[in-house]
Amino acid sequence: MSSTALELKRSGRALRISAYVRGILSLKTLQGVSTLVAFVALWQAAVSLKVPYLSNLPYPADVWKSFTDTVVTRAYWISWAVSLERIFVSFLVAQVLGIPLGLLMGISRKSKDILFPVFEIVRPIPPIAWIPLAILFWPTEELSIYALTFIGPFFVIVLNVMQGVANIDVSLKRAALSLGAKPGDIFWKIMLPGALPSILTGMTVGIGVAWNVLIAAEMIAGHVGLGRMTWEAYTNGNIPLIMVGMASIGVAGYLCSGVVRIVGQSCMPWRRRS
Amino acid sequence: MSGIPQAAKGDISIRGVSKVYDPSGARVTAIEQCSFDVAAGQFAVVVGPSGCGKTTLLNAIAGFDTISAGEILLDGEVIASANKQIRPGSDRVVVFQNGALFPWRTMMENIVYGPVRQKTMSRPEAERIARELLRRVGLEGVQDKYPGELSSGVQRRGEILRALINQPTVMLLDEPFRALDAVAKSVMHEFVLELFDFSPRTMFFITHDLDEAILLADKVIVMTTRPARVKTVIEVGLPRPRSANVTGAARYRELKQSLLEVVHEEALKAFQAGEREMA
Ligand SMILES: Nc1ncnc2c1ncn2[C@@H]1O[C@H](COP(=O)(O)OP(=O)(O)O)[C@@H](O)[C@H]1O
Ligand SMILES: [Mg+2]
Repeated sequence: MSSTALELKRSGRALRISAYVRGILSLKTLQGVSTLVAFVALWQAAVSLKVPYLSNLPYPADVWKSFTDTVVTRAYWISWAVSLERIFVSFLVAQVLGIPLGLLMGISRKSKDILFPVFEIVRPIPPIAWIPLAILFWPTEELSIYALTFIGPFFVIVLNVMQGVANIDVSLKRAALSLGAKPGDIFWKIMLPGALPSILTGMTVGIGVAWNVLIAAEMIAGHVGLGRMTWEAYTNGNIPLIMVGMASIGVAGYLCSGVVRIVGQSCMPWRRRS
Repeated sequence: MSGIPQAAKGDISIRGVSKVYDPSGARVTAIEQCSFDVAAGQFAVVVGPSGCGKTTLLNAIAGFDTISAGEILLDGEVIASANKQIRPGSDRVVVFQNGALFPWRTMMENIVYGPVRQKTMSRPEAERIARELLRRVGLEGVQDKYPGELSSGVQRRGEILRALINQPTVMLLDEPFRALDAVAKSVMHEFVLELFDFSPRTMFFITHDLDEAILLADKVIVMTTRPARVKTVIEVGLPRPRSANVTGAARYRELKQSLLEVVHEEALKAFQAGEREMA
């Protein structure tokens, strides 16, 4: 690399850093921080002043103490690891099976006619309603949890992809054909990129659904996981730890959505720029 | 520029073509006994009431759909008849009403798609020609942009270049400027006229804009209300190279007047038949 190019790169980085610092000091960040401070202050006030119904809450400081005590334990991070692993495996399997199935039903009228009625019957059942059946059906609790966490995102992705494929403008296929595309190109070069936005939508919605079901499943079955940790805090009447568990689940869900979004955007540069 | 200009071939002959959609059910007769010719290198513009069957005819020439009777010939070879339909191909490239640039490809990747896919050019060669074409029409800045980042006028021009780079025998354009405002449209007209002078080839251009029709065409084919038949063929005969100035000519006004009369007659029929829109 030439020296000017290096300089350009360095000044680019300096620019980015200064933009970042400005971002932190910006009005928006300030607003966010003050809202947070106000929330904690109100919480503190509500508990100190024994506001009806809210006086049972722990003080913010108690929750913070519970948090600092918990994060240093091995058990806490094992809960994270177990929950994340369950999400990762179930979500991945849901995509690996769901995306091709959605593509198939979107492309082939016949397979849609055969398969879709089953979907129509099963889909309105909330994933959580599967819990009793799953626990009895699968030989181990672990398998039940995987299966339950799979069901939610699976239906979401299948339906999104199917709809996405069906909505691809027929002109795009025709344009490709008239420019010399072979029938095989239509799938790889038109249907697949054309369905990508709906695949991403399906994944974004699906990851949220997956966390919903996972937490419910962990509270009922399972021995570890963030959901289990929160439930055990409840059985022990440990309200600060319940709140730490809830916050952890929130952060975990947020991180997972972020990863899905970043992966999706890097697959679709034409969406990112416009 | 390596070879883009002129196509000596491209005689289209439409002979007694009919098209019935859903013959066993609702039976919509879109085209009935339609016959006309377009000579090689001629700019033919088809006008007619909305829903009369213009797109149906274009789809048959392009190879997207079948016809029920009659035949369509390209340079003496039957490309469509009741029991034959040749596949779409880059000898008959289509420009669509709502635009069909691939959103996930940059303008450059869109333009070179045809020649690279068919291996008629290497990628560097195709890109070089694409750059020349873009420069020629004053669009050199857009090659690395995605269609979604560009105005619809620029998208349209890019799409026409994407068709042209294949040096098709026939270009099929289905109301390509319908969604554009008047200013963008006049830019498009200059663009099409220039390209046609630079590289004449058979054009099959559908529109419902009579000024657009006269400005661009050698020959205007007026279709009837559905089922589409040929109502009148008007030879324009205005000299080329043409520009928008031609609209001031006496001959232009004469043509416009006679075209208006025929179209009005059909529009009235369409209106009485309850069609949504006219001309
Ligand atoms: N796939 C189809 N099935 C049934 N009817 C169709 C189909 N495509 C078009 N038609 C009907 O054929 C007629 C002509 O359509 P079209 O060729 O699109 O008209 P135009 O392009 O002149 O507006 C319309 O009445 C339309 O409803
Ligand atoms: Mg049409």
